[in-house]
Amino acid sequence: MALLGDLARSIRSKNAGPFTVTVDIFCGSADAYARIRTLLTSERVAGVYRVEAQRVRKFELPDLRVLKFSFPRPIRQGSRLDRDMHAAQYAVLLEELEVG
Amino acid sequence: MPTRVLVPSGVLGLGFEREALRRGIARRPDAIAIDGGSTDSGPFYLGAGVSKYSRASTKAEWRILMEARAEAGVPLIIGSAGTCGTDAMVDWMTEITDEVARDLGQRVRVATVKSSQSPDAVADAFDAGRLAALADAPEIGRGDIESCRNIVALAGAEQIGEALATGADIVIAGRATDTASIAALPLMNGEHAGAVWHGAKVAECGALCSTRPMSGVVMVSFDDSGFCVEPQAADARCTPHSVSAHMLYENADPFVLAEPGGALDVSGARYVPIDDRTVRVTGSEWVRSNVYTVKLEGAGLAGYQSMLMAVLRNRRYVANAGRWVRRLERFLDGEIGRRTGYDEGAFSLEFRIIGRDAALGELETRGGDATEVGVLCMVTADTQEMAREIAKLVNPFLLHFPLTDEEELPTFAFPYSPAETDRGPLYEFRLNHAMVLDDSMSAFALDTLDAGNGASR
Repeated sequence: MALLGDLARSIRSKNAGPFTVTVDIFCGSADAYARIRTLLTSERVAGVYRVEAQRVRKFELPDLRVLKFSFPRPIRQGSRLDRDMHAAQYAVLLEELEVG
Repeated sequence: MPTRVLVPSGVLGLGFEREALRRGIARRPDAIAIDGGSTDSGPFYLGAGVSKYSRASTKAEWRILMEARAEAGVPLIIGSAGTCGTDAMVDWMTEITDEVARDLGQRVRVATVKSSQSPDAVADAFDAGRLAALADAPEIGRGDIESCRNIVALAGAEQIGEALATGADIVIAGRATDTASIAALPLMNGEHAGAVWHGAKVAECGALCSTRPMSGVVMVSFDDSGFCVEPQAADARCTPHSVSAHMLYENADPFVLAEPGGALDVSGARYVPIDDRTVRVTGSEWVRSNVYTVKLEGAGLAGYQSMLMAVLRNRRYVANAGRWVRRLERFLDGEIGRRTGYDEGAFSLEFRIIGRDAALGELETRGGDATEVGVLCMVTADTQEMAREIAKLVNPFLLHFPLTDEEELPTFAFPYSPAETDRGPLYEFRLNHAMVLDDSMSAFALDTLDAGNGASR
């Protein structure tokens, strides 16, 4: 079983404002882009971060070989229960996601 | 004639290479623009109305930029002064500017743009239907707005442009969009609006759009059909990939960027290398909106915190840390109210196991053997005294609580004394809304003043 982090060149996450997380998946090669684009649906991403699938926005940037997902922050930035101010560690959940 | 804006770095306080700045100044820019803030470090800075960066490093970097401005003889612009960009932070930045000008024997004309909003006025705008929720905004009522300690509106190119039009040497703006301080002058000069906003977005993090992000300094040259971007460090390069990838950064939508008065659409942008370090971009579009809106940010008080931490190294306790914390929580639940008489709704406790899931909480998918774990206890209460009192109450149990009733009391490692630390006020962001303005200046205050004591400007 491969991990998404092994297929992609790099994966990063960051706040896009206090209420939104955005994850960029730099696929590297055209082959990896094509494969990851099929494997990684909005539903799959919603499951990882436990957000509603219809609130996940998926963007495809074939020229950059990048897939981008933006979704509501599971916990508002900096509020009492937030554990990751910059949402930068959210990316590891996709790096470690098992894909076919 | 192209308009050239030199951007020393992504934010004042982060540092930039002096040699790269010198090279940029030697190429005679039309303005120097830098950003001073963001919400990215969390709600505390806006809630408390303070800067994230130290005054000393802000002043040291600002001094270098004020010297560069005097040499170049062009306006120096900072947006989002003091991280949060409240009025008090504009005053703070103005005071620093005056001190530096006196040190350097400069006399400078300063224009300030203030962005703070009265919570009552914003609440009235809300009642009048003049606030629109942006993506992923929380549900709010009038009370959420009134409870904000600070609310700022993000200035755009119009407000910075008004400040430049006063003929100021230095523009100090409160909260503004990341792009506004870069975009204002080229827009006044009539350069291509789509190119201006796109180039400003590419350059707003300094050399992050290049192959050597830490070098800081980039030059953007805007004209009537596109823009060129070039890093100023000798060994840094901009490539079509490094430039186009920047639209992804901290941006929910990689094709569209909302600004006051419209939106940038880069879906038709073309990125062409001019040489091995410069990229030219054309095809970006500015779509003007029918109504003029500015984004609001607001932060309000959400309690006061005290914290404690114990380190568990005993193998059995490390292996059972989750169970131990749940057992401790059950014990403390009720015990705090019984001992203190505090209302149960006035405080809350949260334990995080560092070494297990402290970063991701319930989302964590990995497990495994840790050598040791830290147990962080965060107490949040209505007052600081209450939070501290509860932390002191928790202290002996965090140190000695056993995994079962039938065993010797353990003692864990406290890393310092006292074990409890006051964290002060906890703030939270309460607004992610746009406010309609009939006049772009109506939510902002423009002023001019002379700073320093030099003989001439």
